[in-house]
Amino acid sequence: MAAVTADQKTQSTSGTAKAAGQAAGTAAGTAPDAADAARLAVFDAAVAADDRIEPRDWMPEAYRATLVRQMAQHAHSEIIGMQPEANWITRAPSLRRKAILMAKVQDEAGHGLYLYSAAETLGTSREELLDKLHAGRQRYSSIFNYPTLTWADVGAIGWLVDGAAITNQVPLCRCSYGPYARAMVRICKEESFHQRQGYELLLALSRGTEAQHAMAQDAVDRWWWPSLMMFGPPDDASSHSEQSMAWKIKRHSNDELRQRFVDICVPQAQALGLTLPDPDIRWNEERGQHDFGAIDWTEFHEVLKGNGPCNEQRITQRRRAHEEGAWVRDAAAAYAAKHTTPSTRTGQPAQHVEETA
Amino acid sequence: MSAALALGDDALVLSHRLGEWAGHAPVLEEEVALANIALDLLGQARVLLSLVGDEDELAYLREERAFRNLQLVEQPNGDFAHTIARQLYFSVYQHLLYERLAAGGGEFADLAAKAVKEVAYHRDHAEQWTLRLGDGTAESHERMQAGLEALWRFTGEMFQPVEGLDATVSGADPEELESAWLSAVTSTVERATLTLPTGPRTGAWAAGAGRQGLHTEPFGRMLAEMQHLHRSHPGASW
Repeated sequence: MAAVTADQKTQSTSGTAKAAGQAAGTAAGTAPDAADAARLAVFDAAVAADDRIEPRDWMPEAYRATLVRQMAQHAHSEIIGMQPEANWITRAPSLRRKAILMAKVQDEAGHGLYLYSAAETLGTSREELLDKLHAGRQRYSSIFNYPTLTWADVGAIGWLVDGAAITNQVPLCRCSYGPYARAMVRICKEESFHQRQGYELLLALSRGTEAQHAMAQDAVDRWWWPSLMMFGPPDDASSHSEQSMAWKIKRHSNDELRQRFVDICVPQAQALGLTLPDPDIRWNEERGQHDFGAIDWTEFHEVLKGNGPCNEQRITQRRRAHEEGAWVRDAAAAYAAKHTTPSTRTGQPAQHVEETA
Repeated sequence: MSAALALGDDALVLSHRLGEWAGHAPVLEEEVALANIALDLLGQARVLLSLVGDEDELAYLREERAFRNLQLVEQPNGDFAHTIARQLYFSVYQHLLYERLAAGGGEFADLAAKAVKEVAYHRDHAEQWTLRLGDGTAESHERMQAGLEALWRFTGEMFQPVEGLDATVSGADPEELESAWLSAVTSTVERATLTLPTGPRTGAWAAGAGRQGLHTEPFGRMLAEMQHLHRSHPGASW
């Protein structure tokens, strides 16, 4: 995917903005405000023209901060999200299912790696982001604070949680920040594969024995509402939405995406032979969409505050893995320092720290 | 005893142990690597067990005494160095064995020819980490040495004859395999500034007992976890 920088593109679409940017740039020492205004004009023009912003392009600090926050949260969600599913790897009921689940959890670690790399293009580091996660200063998706109590939960996570994630993430493939958009293209391909596998797992249970069918229904009953909460607060209560949409980080509002998800899930639930735990779901002819019941936002806010069923457990396990692994990372760093030739060491000092720290 | 069952059980049990690492690895790259190795081994186990019968019946409905895996692969993960020591001992053995099986033209030649590429990667991973831990910090050196020592006693069983895997049929001569293994492991251990352990290599019971269904205590607990859901729903498909 060729990266068209804001500057290059502006030259063809908005010569004035480009010229103003250069003029202001030369006078930057004396008139920083004017220089910033010109750079902002270049940035705005690029966003308006649906160009990709690339790491070396100028960008407003608030845009950078919003992206770091969102991409870090996204990466953390992949990493924490391994836990509820890994919980069932050792108990998967067939070797085929076990292989699928292992591959999925492995993919999630890989997605985390893509996303930390993409976030690093904004001038932060994986280390720094993980420290913030461990200190509770950055979040991960609230959905992973729910427990996986039965095998069917693995299917419900695939179908509903990954389904909601895909609905959220497909528009991010067109996000204005190039590295994030490109990471999402790769991630969405794998996620949709996982989602189909989750659906297929539930279908096998639904068509299986009575006990298996009941297990599947119970899982869907427990995961449905938390999945709807994955789209975030309603539009009138979403603090970041408006600016993110103006910057084309977000393309659709929370409520729009949530509605799209409900409309996708209703026929899928029917095909599965399972019900959704919402008596108010019905087709609304006038809107051409499904009406559905009210979300319990109190529960959502409790989980966000750290009072969900597994918040403590998830972050404790993550911290422990990191702390207990410190000696391994130290060993790798010490080994690299001993066995790196002086010429390469001076060539790439930062990289060695990043890789091993 | 079927050689396919022995090799299949090795891969199945070690895969399960590595799967326990998911979400607990010291660094994200190792989440990927350990899961990757576990997945390769599970793939090998499925092919091998399917040569014997139904893979799920064999994995989920046999009891401890009917499993034919090495005691080495059933040992609990311990710390990362302990896991790496187990990986080093086993993956060097498996690599050398599969190279020979692939070249030997016997019943496992095709399977081994495919698996040997995966196993070469597992071996490289284990050797690279042995070097890093052995020649890293004082703490990692000590932990790696402890891992090598703790598992050393289980290394003799890999070179007990296995029916269907002898030199004439498959090209796998246990004595030749053992000397190749000793030389490879010694070289890695020395490069890692570590010391090759010197104690007995008889395993629990006698060397080769795992192949006869005589296992160590942690194995029964591992199977209980692995099999409980499958056994709770007799006859169900998943």
